[in-house]
Amino acid sequence: MDIKEIKSKFPIFSNKVKGKKLVYLDSANSSQKPKVVIDRISNFYSKEFSNVGRSMHSLAVTATNRFEETRDLIKNFINAKFREEIVFTKNATEGINLIATTYGEKFIQDKDEIIITELEHHANYVPWHFLRKRKGAVIKFAECDKQGEVSIDSIKKLITNKTKLIAVTHVSNVTGTILPLNKIIDLAKTKKIPVLIDGCQGAPHLKLDVQKLDCDFYVMSCHKMYGPTGVGVLYAKKKWLEELPPYQGGGGMIDEVKKDDISFPESPTKFEAGTLQTAEIVGFAESIRFIENIGIKNITQHEKEITEYGLEKLKKNNSVSIIGDPKERGAILSFTIKGIHPHDIATILDDDGVAIRAGHHCCQILHEKMGIPATARASLGIYNSKEDIDILNESINKCNKVFNN
Amino acid sequence: MDLKELYQEIILDHGKNPRNKKKCDGFNKDAKGNNPLCGDKVHVFLKLNEEKQVVDISFEGEGCAISIASASIMTEIIKGKDFNVAKKILENFINMLKEGSKLSINSLSDKENTTIMSLSGVKQFPMRVKCATLAWHTFLHAVEDNKKVVNTEK
Repeated sequence: MDIKEIKSKFPIFSNKVKGKKLVYLDSANSSQKPKVVIDRISNFYSKEFSNVGRSMHSLAVTATNRFEETRDLIKNFINAKFREEIVFTKNATEGINLIATTYGEKFIQDKDEIIITELEHHANYVPWHFLRKRKGAVIKFAECDKQGEVSIDSIKKLITNKTKLIAVTHVSNVTGTILPLNKIIDLAKTKKIPVLIDGCQGAPHLKLDVQKLDCDFYVMSCHKMYGPTGVGVLYAKKKWLEELPPYQGGGGMIDEVKKDDISFPESPTKFEAGTLQTAEIVGFAESIRFIENIGIKNITQHEKEITEYGLEKLKKNNSVSIIGDPKERGAILSFTIKGIHPHDIATILDDDGVAIRAGHHCCQILHEKMGIPATARASLGIYNSKEDIDILNESINKCNKVFNN
Repeated sequence: MDLKELYQEIILDHGKNPRNKKKCDGFNKDAKGNNPLCGDKVHVFLKLNEEKQVVDISFEGEGCAISIASASIMTEIIKGKDFNVAKKILENFINMLKEGSKLSINSLSDKENTTIMSLSGVKQFPMRVKCATLAWHTFLHAVEDNKKVVNTEK
């Protein structure tokens, strides 16, 4: 694979940051966008735009077809059984909120239990907290160990006959831990407990087959998948989408509206109220094609290689402590430097054009557990190379120089 | 933009060895600051006498070198000052970081002036201004008995 050639497809890398070459190590936060995606949005607005699924004119037909084409591409990308199982949301957060609200409304009673893990992003905790406040649900946290692993036993021991849902991340956005989803879902099946996967850090990097995985819900964030902001995907098994009530009310999601009652159509229409991010959804089709042209397995392999190189390099750097040591790690390297706060690290790295994220990464529960208020995080995408890691390492050495360590 | 201007010796020193980082004895005012996005936290304690003089001031908290150094420098400079003077310094300081204006306080000693000016480089790093101003706004809340937690990220 020619990474230089792939990188050249991203216009952002032709810009300098503070006069330096951009070393982008913040893809877990949001990935950069290839030109095909940027151009597609622009072309769509220039040549094909109109609102979808409503008007009868030619433009509306074209726009609707393009829009629905993305749904088909996603269905194939994750190997869903039906296209109706793909619901567009504004982001992954909204996908989880949609399930927490609708599933919560219908199936959660006082004292019912929801299991999440200590690794979860706030997006997979706060929506359940609302349910705790609203319906008296109990949230149980499966513990993660020092390596950043969540064992199947730590989930198993929390399950009771009150457990109504297990919601876990696919890959931790801090420790990079890839969770044992197959084991978790197998366990949940034996107890007939539905499972929701927060796939934000999984879908851009790992081969996905939701039928094989057999999860009930899987949410994705398109802007982390070389796609536009403002679009998320909720995959849900058809039986759930049939059973769950609508989420938001408005135009487009109705069947018949009378003064005394309203009926609703089937999924996905039922869950897509109002005009969605039409151009972005059309643009996202190009992101999927971009990923598929490279091959998701090639992406996994390349990122694994760079991650391992990074781990090796940073482990040799005595001032650096790597956060977590999971057996299976995604494309994420979080670290701390002795005596230097992560925000200061981020500022100094930025001076070299190295973009990382510093803070608690929306994982305060995990940081509290680890006893550190913040970490610095380098996260990878397909455009990263070993050279980026070398520059990162040099820049880390500069942090020590600036701080006289 | 120069890193050396941001991380001056004085700042590194205050960041590594913060002054007055404790609960001061007999404090009668306190307030909290929290920047939830980045996780910086500060708790400012002060002893204000009837003449509104800041007899003692201290802080507790966690955060980056800039936020800790700024809190430490603030306690050093404000300790012993009348509140009106302290408020003038604070306004001047914040204007310096946000607008790039010069300090117009005559009452500061040369040493105090050098110390506070060590934070002037922060203005070139807009993302870090919130770190440097957190403790100062929190000080104001403490004097005013404002129990609302300060947030300088907004």
